[in-house]
Amino acid sequence: MIKFKNSEITPENIYKNRRNFIKKFGLAAGSVFLSQNFNVSANALSNQEDLKLTEYRYVTTYNNYYEFGTGKSDPVERSQKFKTKPWNVTIDGEVENPISLSMEEIISMFPSEERIYKLRCVEGWSMIIPWLGFPLNKLLKKASPTSKGKFVKFTSVLDPEQMIGQKFPILDWPYKEGLRVDEAMHDLTILVTGLYGKQLPNQNGAPLRLIVPWKYGFKSAKAIINIKLVEKMPVSSWMKASPREYGFYSNVNPNVDHPRWSQATERVIGEGIISPRIPTTMFNGYEDEVASLYSGMDLKKNY
Amino acid sequence: MSRYSKIIVFFISLWPIYIITYQIIFNQLGPEPVDRIINHFGEWTLIFILLTLSMTPMRKITKSLEWIKFRRMLGLFAFFYASIHMLSYVGLDYRFDFKPLINDVLKKKFIFIGFSAWLLLIPLALTSSEKMVRLLKQNWKKIHRLIYVIAIFGVLHFIWLSKTIFFKPLIFLIILIILLLFRIKITKSASKI
Ligand code: HEM
Repeated sequence: MIKFKNSEITPENIYKNRRNFIKKFGLAAGSVFLSQNFNVSANALSNQEDLKLTEYRYVTTYNNYYEFGTGKSDPVERSQKFKTKPWNVTIDGEVENPISLSMEEIISMFPSEERIYKLRCVEGWSMIIPWLGFPLNKLLKKASPTSKGKFVKFTSVLDPEQMIGQKFPILDWPYKEGLRVDEAMHDLTILVTGLYGKQLPNQNGAPLRLIVPWKYGFKSAKAIINIKLVEKMPVSSWMKASPREYGFYSNVNPNVDHPRWSQATERVIGEGIISPRIPTTMFNGYEDEVASLYSGMDLKKNY
Repeated sequence: MSRYSKIIVFFISLWPIYIITYQIIFNQLGPEPVDRIINHFGEWTLIFILLTLSMTPMRKITKSLEWIKFRRMLGLFAFFYASIHMLSYVGLDYRFDFKPLINDVLKKKFIFIGFSAWLLLIPLALTSSEKMVRLLKQNWKKIHRLIYVIAIFGVLHFIWLSKTIFFKPLIFLIILIILLLFRIKITKSASKI
């Protein structure tokens, strides 16, 4: 069982920078938690000035959420009437104690903290987003996974009446994703209920979504209704759509190209025409925290 | 009227330039401006290729010779927009950093086929003048049949760059198939005569 104290994964100087940053921009400081090794990785994000949050309007209008359509602005345009109440999440499978919780219960049981993470999309762009959420491991522990639970499978809601994209065979609906249990238990892996100090907008996956910051964005399932501990590696919707392009791990890795485009660099959202691409970093900059999960593994094969 | 029609079509064909200029000036390119510009010109390239291909069928349908006058201009616009499209990728996106670019062209099939389509457009543009038509005679027709290959490559390029089954490339595919079916019909009825 990996246990992290905040201070262990948060270099003090960055933590301080973060505090200054909050002061500077007057953002609400909840429980502040920045676990990004920008200093170590020699990319353009290594100074504080570049630790610039992506503007709220971009975070909430430029989304990949195929349940509402494949255009980037489809989610914001088509999700506003999506009903997120009532909402129940079940945790079952290889657990001693299967549970079903309403969103209200989840929010009161697990106080949310702010986490500023970089989101790297498989398409080659990135955003820096202040999420509100809590570690997934806290929720999983409530259900007491058994030793047979080797993987965690996430299932998003299936509701073609409200989600027009689900009327078309764009992907294998409902959206399914998966993690290895140690990835799921890692302290950086969070369930998100909000961003920018506010309730999570529908287009960003309300009411409950996953964020795994060292993996490409599509691993972070939205509108989750079921979390299942399973023995065998689950097949995600994207793996099913194109196994050659989307592997189970999908860790951010500048050295492993997507079959159709390079992953060596990325465009920072909101930076305009003038600014160039920046180099993509191993595990999206979280190498120190997560590389040990994959020691001895061939990351080219296990993409 | 018909004397001015070419000029009118010319200025209408600059539509993609008007739009992008407006969007640049009023800062409306959105969160990913570079991608927006690339995609904008990519889509218009394909539209102009298909427009070029639709002139002959339009002539048959409307029984008016007017359409053919525009074919060369539309084709040149297709080449023009393809070149802007390619240059915005090479220049704006990759800043003329040729190492990753060559890697992309060789290894990524959607770039490879797009690049091939652009290369194939070059001889067509170079031989588009009246003089060349006379000079090359029957060969001109043969060379310019490349446009079918280019159109197919263009649509494939769009399909391959899409992550799953997207609508827009499918719409382009359907239009292309219809246009190609027209050719088969036209050549068949022509060979009967
Ligand atoms: C006849 C030639 C070409 C045609 C018809 C064409 C057409 C298109 C179309 C329709 C799109 C998609 C637009 C959208 O998503 O809305 C596109 C995107 C793209 N094309 Fe082309 N293209 C051509 C040549 C090229 C060349 C020569 C290159 C580069 C060497 C290129 C690179 C790209 C790239 C990088 C994208 C963007 C993919 C993304 O969104 O990430 N294309 N093109």
